[in-house]
Amino acid sequence: MPAVSKGDGMRGLAVFISDIRNCKSKEAEIKRINKELANIRSKFKGDKALDGYSKKKYVCKLLFIFLLGHDIDFGHMEAVNLLSSNRYTEKQIGYLFISVLVNSNSELIRLINNAIKNDLASRNPIFMGLALHCIANVGSREMAEAFAGEIPKILVAGDTMDSVKQSAALCLLRLYRTSPDLVPMGDWTSRVVHLLNDQHLGVVTAATSLITTLAQKNPEEFKTSVSLAVSRLSRIVTSASTDLQDYTYYFVPAPWLSVKLLRLLQCYPPPEDPAVRGRLTECLETILNKAQEPPKSKKVQHSNAKNAVLFEAISLIIHHDSEPNLLVRACNQLGQFLQHRETNLRYLALESMCTLASSEFSHEAVKTHIETVINALKTERDVSVRQRAVDLLYAMCDRSNAQQIVAEMLNYLETADYSIREEIVLKVAILAEKYAVDYTWYVDTILNLIRIAGDYVSEEVWYRVIQIVINRDDVQGYAAKTVFEALQAPACHENLVKVGGYILGEFGNLIAGDPRSSPLIQFNLLHSKFHLCSVPTRALLLSTYIKFVNLFPEIKTTIQDVLRSDSQLKNADVELQQRAVEYLRLSTIASTDILATVLEEMPPFPERESSILAKLKKKKGPSTVTDLEEIKKERSSDMNGSAEPTPVNASNVSTPSPSADLLGLGAVPLTNSAPAPSSSGSLLVDVFSDSSSVAAPLAPGSEDNFASSSDLASSEVVSEEPADAVHDADELIHKFICKNNGVLFENQLLQIGLKSEFRQNLGRMFIFYGNKTSTQFLNFTPTVICSDELQSSLNLQTKPVDPIVDGGAQVQQVVNIECISDFMDAPILNIQFRYGGTLQNLSVKLPITLNKFFQPTEMSSQDFFQRWKQLSSPKQEVQNIFKAKHPMDTEITKAKIIGFGSALLEEVDPNPANFVGAGIIHTKTIQIGCLLRLEPNLQAQCSVLFQMYRLTLRTSKEAVSQRLCELLSEQF
Amino acid sequence: MSVHMQFMLLFSRQGKLRLQKWYVPLSDKEKKKITRELVQTVLARKPKMCSFLEWRDLKIVYKRYASLYFCCAIEDQDNELITLEIIHRYVELLDKYFGSVCELDIIFNFEKAYFILDEFLLGGEVQETSKKNVLKAIEQADLLQEPRHEYFNVPVY
Repeated sequence: MPAVSKGDGMRGLAVFISDIRNCKSKEAEIKRINKELANIRSKFKGDKALDGYSKKKYVCKLLFIFLLGHDIDFGHMEAVNLLSSNRYTEKQIGYLFISVLVNSNSELIRLINNAIKNDLASRNPIFMGLALHCIANVGSREMAEAFAGEIPKILVAGDTMDSVKQSAALCLLRLYRTSPDLVPMGDWTSRVVHLLNDQHLGVVTAATSLITTLAQKNPEEFKTSVSLAVSRLSRIVTSASTDLQDYTYYFVPAPWLSVKLLRLLQCYPPPEDPAVRGRLTECLETILNKAQEPPKSKKVQHSNAKNAVLFEAISLIIHHDSEPNLLVRACNQLGQFLQHRETNLRYLALESMCTLASSEFSHEAVKTHIETVINALKTERDVSVRQRAVDLLYAMCDRSNAQQIVAEMLNYLETADYSIREEIVLKVAILAEKYAVDYTWYVDTILNLIRIAGDYVSEEVWYRVIQIVINRDDVQGYAAKTVFEALQAPACHENLVKVGGYILGEFGNLIAGDPRSSPLIQFNLLHSKFHLCSVPTRALLLSTYIKFVNLFPEIKTTIQDVLRSDSQLKNADVELQQRAVEYLRLSTIASTDILATVLEEMPPFPERESSILAKLKKKKGPSTVTDLEEIKKERSSDMNGSAEPTPVNASNVSTPSPSADLLGLGAVPLTNSAPAPSSSGSLLVDVFSDSSSVAAPLAPGSEDNFASSSDLASSEVVSEEPADAVHDADELIHKFICKNNGVLFENQLLQIGLKSEFRQNLGRMFIFYGNKTSTQFLNFTPTVICSDELQSSLNLQTKPVDPIVDGGAQVQQVVNIECISDFMDAPILNIQFRYGGTLQNLSVKLPITLNKFFQPTEMSSQDFFQRWKQLSSPKQEVQNIFKAKHPMDTEITKAKIIGFGSALLEEVDPNPANFVGAGIIHTKTIQIGCLLRLEPNLQAQCSVLFQMYRLTLRTSKEAVSQRLCELLSEQF
Repeated sequence: MSVHMQFMLLFSRQGKLRLQKWYVPLSDKEKKKITRELVQTVLARKPKMCSFLEWRDLKIVYKRYASLYFCCAIEDQDNELITLEIIHRYVELLDKYFGSVCELDIIFNFEKAYFILDEFLLGGEVQETSKKNVLKAIEQADLLQEPRHEYFNVPVY
C-alpha cells in the first residue's frame, strides 16, 4: 500500500487492490475477483440497507474490477442511487461509475437523467460541474434529447460561475458532435461568440473549442468570431511572458488557447476587413519572428509549446494560401527544423512541408530542400520519420526532379521496411507515369520496381504498364526488347513473367528480326518459366502462345506440340486444360485469316484515371487528397494525353477482386448490364474495371468468347456442357432498387426484361424473355426459387411459359407477389433451355426487395422529429457511412429516394443539404413505419472518391432498418 | 467534424493498463482491441524514436514518464506538439496533487486520477489549462469530504 492514500481513504478498496497486486497468477487474480464479486453481490442483495459509504466503496471496487478488464453486470442501480446522495464524494463515485460503465439500458438512463437534472438545478456549482462532466463523458443521444436545450442557457446565463461555463461549453460541444440535430441554434450563439472576449482565459479556451466546431458546420452564423479571435490572438502573442500568470506555460503565453484560436481561423478564408487582416498578418509574423529568438528556457516544454503555436500558425498560412511572403518564411522555418536534433521536429517539419509543397507560392521553396529530405530517407533511424520523407518527396516531385526522386525512391525500396514497401511501389509507379518525358524511362522504372519489390507490385501497377504500352506505339518495340532482356535473368519475379508474356504476345514480332530474339527463342524463354508459375500466369502464357501462332506461323508446330502434351491437355486444372484444348483446336481448324482476326493486336484501351491512384488513396487516407488534386490538374499533360479526365467511377474505387484479372481468366460471366454496348467494337478487355460484368472481349483467353461467338467458333469447339452460370450477384438487383422497369439481364443468346408494379403488400411483375438468336430455344423453363426462409415471408405465383421460344421471339411471364412479412434475400430466377444441342442454365436474382412494399407518408417537420425520437433505441436505428459512388447531385438523389418508395420530405431537416424521407412498409402481417435520413458530407471537397454519405434508417424493427439501409446505401 | 482527442491511455512498461479515457463512443470489444494493439505498438518502439506515429487513420502521440506510458490519439488535423504538452500538464497535475506521483498512486487512487483528468480535459478538449485552477477545483472537492473519523468504525468489507 502506498504511504499516502489521498482523499477519503476507502480502506477496503486499498486492501482489495493490494490483494489483486499480490496475486501471483492470472488464476489467482480471477479467484480473488470472483470472491469479491460474490461478496459485493450479497451486500447489495442483503436485507440490511447499506450506508452511503459502503455503497460508494463497493461501487468503486466494481469499477476497479471493470477497469482491470473484467465484465461487470450489476451495481448500476447502486451507482445511480449514489447520484442522489448529498455527499459529494458519493455522488462523485456514482457519476464516475456511470461515465465509465454506462450502457443504453433505457430504464437506467431515465433515472440518471433525473439525477443530472436535479444537480443542474441545484445552483451548487460543484454539483453542476459533476453533472455536466457526466453528460460530456457519456454524450449519448438520450442525454442530448434531455439536455441540449438546457445547456446553452447555463452557458450564457450572466450568473453562471466561470468553471461551470467551461464545463457547459465543452458539454454542449460533445452533444453537438453526437447529435447536431438536437442542439438548437438560437440567440445564444451570438452570446457564445462574445465569450471570446471573456476575462477568464479558461472560459475563452473552452468556448473557442465549441465555436470552432459549430463554425465548421455553420460558418455564416459564427462569422463574427473571426475578428474577435484575431484580436484575442494578437493580445496573447504580444503579451509579455508573465502577463497571463498561470496561463503562461514555460514562458509561452497561453499556448493551448493560441493553438485553438489559430484553428478556429482555419474555418474561414482570410479576413476581408483589411484592418483585421493586417492585424492577423502581424500576429503570424510575430510568431514566425519568435521562432528565431533564443529560447527563454532549455526545457523541452518551452520549445514544444512555442513550436506547437508555430506549426498551427503555419497551418493557417497554408490554409489561407494567399501571402507568398508568409508561405516562403514558413517554408524556410520548416527547412531549419528538417535538420533539428529533435526527432519530433524533423518529423513535423517533413509532415508540414508536404502541404506546403502543394501551394504554388511555396512549391519551389520546398524543392530547395530536396537533398536534406533524401538524406533523411537514408539516415533517419525511425521508420515513421522515413515514411514522412517518402511522402514529402512524393509531394515535391515535378517534372524537373522526377528522375532524381524516382531513382532515390527505387534505391530506398531495396532496403525499405516491409510495412511501407507497397506504398512506395505505388508512389513510384504514379510518379513515373505522371512525369515520364520518354516512355522508355517509364518502362524501365516499372520493370525495376518489379525486379526490386516484385511481391509488392500490385495488379494495378502491372495492368497499368500494359495499358500504357498498348496505347503508345512508340514504346512498344522498346518494351518488347526490355522485357525480353529482363526475362533472361535466371530467377525473375512472376509479375515480370506476366508483363513479359503479355507484351511479347502482342509485340514480340517487333524484335523477332534480331536473331538473338527470334520467335523460337522468345517462345523457349517464356516456356522455360512456365512450370514455375501459378495457374493464372500459366493461363496467361497459354494465351501468349496462341498469339504467337498468329504472329509467328513458323513456330506453330512447336507450340501445338506443347499444347498437345499431356501436361496441358490432361492438366488437372480445368481452366488450363480447357485453354489448351481450345487453343489447340483453334490453331488446327482456323484459317490464317480467321486466326489473324481473332488474335489481332489489342486495340487501345479507353482513357481512364489510373487505378493506382485509387489504391494509394485507399492505403493512405485523405491526406493524399492534395496530391490527387494536383495530378488531376496536370492530367492534360500526362503521357496518355487524354483530352479530359474520365470521372473515376465506382469500379475504380475498390480494389479489383482477385478474380477479375487482366485477360478475364477467371469465371467471367457473360455480359449482363455492362455499360459497353454489345453490338459495337467493344471487344476489348478493360483491365481497369473490376466489374466482372464488362463484356468479355475476344482477347486471347477467356473460354467464354469461344463458347459464345458463334460466327467464329462453331459450337463444336465447345467440348463440354457449359457450367452453370449463376448471376446472383447483388449488382443486378441494385439497378432495380429505385426503379421497376428495365433490362435485368442480357447475354449473346437471351435478354430478360422486367416491368413491375407494387401496391401496399401486393405486386405483379412481368418478365419478358427475348431470344436474340435465329435458332429456337427448346425446353425453355424459367423457375422462380425462394429459399426456405423466404417462402414464409414472400408468396410468389407464376404461370409456366411455352417451352419453345422461336428465334427473335419474346415470351412473357407474370409473377404475382404477396409480401407476408419483412424479408431479406431476393428470390432467384433460374432459366434452363436447350440451344443448338447444348443445355443452357443460368440464374439471376429477381429484384423483389423489401422497399417495393413502401407507401410514402407525408408529414410535417414536427411530426417527423417526434417520430424520429420515438424510434431512438439502438436496435431501431441502423446507420451506414459510405463513400459516394456517383457524383453528388441533389435532383438525382431526390429522384432516387422517391424511387426507393418513401416520401421525400422537403424543409424538414434543419440542414438543407440533408434528405429525409418517410414511409410505411406494408406486409400482410404487420406494417412498419420507416424514417430515413441521408446526410451528404459536403466538406470533403475534390473528387468523388472522397465524398461521403451518412445514411440513417429508423424503423420499429431492427431487421427492416438493416435491410433498407443496405439496399439504399448502394444507390448513391 | 474534428474531434480533438479520441482517447487517452496510461499503461505500464509491462503493458498493464492503468487508466483509459474514451472521448468517442466505442464498444468494449473495440476498446480492448485498440488497447491491445496500441500498447504493443508503442512498447515496441525504441527510446530515441519520435513521439508521433500514424495508426489507422489517427495520429498517436505518446510519451514515457518513468514506468508509465501516456498515449493519446488525435485526428489528422490536430496539433501533435500541443498534445504532447497536454500529456505533460496532466503529469504535472498528478504530480502536484499526489506529491511526486508514482505509478502506485495512480493504481491505488485511480478515481482521483479520473477526477483530475475530467477537470483538465472534457470531451477530449482542454477545459482548463491553469494548474492552479484545476487543483483548486479538486481540493475544494476534497474539502467537501466527510471527516475521516466517520469512517473509522466501519468494518472492512
